[in-house]
Amino acid sequence: MSPILLAMVLIVSAAMIAAAVVAIHPARSLPIAILAAGSVGLFASLLFLMLAAPDVAMTEAAIGSGLTTFLFFFVLRRVRGGQDEK
Amino acid sequence: MKNKIALVLVLALGFIFGSLWIGFVPFTTLNETAHYYAENTADEVGAQNIITAIIVTYRGLDTLGEVTVLFLTAAIVGLVLARSRAVEQDAYSKPEELPPAGELLEIGTKLLVPLILLFGAYVFVNGHLTPGGGFQGGAIVASAILLMLLTDPLRRFSRRLITVIESTMGLVYVVIGILGVALAGGFLDNRILPLGEFGSLFSAGAIPVIYALVGLKVGAEFCAMMVSLSETEDR
Repeated sequence: MSPILLAMVLIVSAAMIAAAVVAIHPARSLPIAILAAGSVGLFASLLFLMLAAPDVAMTEAAIGSGLTTFLFFFVLRRVRGGQDEK
Repeated sequence: MKNKIALVLVLALGFIFGSLWIGFVPFTTLNETAHYYAENTADEVGAQNIITAIIVTYRGLDTLGEVTVLFLTAAIVGLVLARSRAVEQDAYSKPEELPPAGELLEIGTKLLVPLILLFGAYVFVNGHLTPGGGFQGGAIVASAILLMLLTDPLRRFSRRLITVIESTMGLVYVVIGILGVALAGGFLDNRILPLGEFGSLFSAGAIPVIYALVGLKVGAEFCAMMVSLSETEDR
């Protein structure tokens, strides 16, 4: 692995960990946590791409960071709707 | 006390992963299985993308299992949400005022949805040549539908069409698998169609057909999930 690629992999890994920390921070609101979890998936797919696994990267980008994020938002709306009725 | 247990757990996990990382030596040569795939895929399956050959042909039964798992998930989501749909039938008659989607999203949707659909179809039809395949293409197709739902949350999709696409594709997939037993070497063998010229679009036997089926099926399943989540508002 060339030094430039290694440096990029390290930067993306650090960004991924930072996004994960944002996602699990208890004080943040749920939408921000969902967006951060989605960006963990996005950074993961970048990492897969750099590690020469484009098939996995495409799956992760489309499902892990795209669809799942919006599914969480749909579910979040439903759950909040239940809370308001109380 | 709880914190101490958590700390011990984290340290243990760190030790396990740390020892894995320190002991990691990258392979310099392909192992036996990978070597077999790299040597024989071109002759046996005729797919340029070896990963696709493994997913669809060598490990085709696993792919059928994955598709089944996804189908079960979509079915369970529909089942859980079926109850709330019955409750709020009258909510449709008086749709609540929604804020407009915004010019950027509306025009962006009009521009991008055909392109995204085309790209999804490209990804699953070219699964045997380039990275990607049925699952990725299906998810891309579903994300186009998602964009349409974001622009207009009150848009209604034909649930019947989604169901028909989903179940037909699943059935044809299994029929192709059984045809493989009858005409070629085994369940889901791709050699029921001629292998064709290596690297061209119509090559690798039944793989493009199977991946188109899987792509449409996966797309329909994701659509069914999103549509049932979006259409069942509790209030």
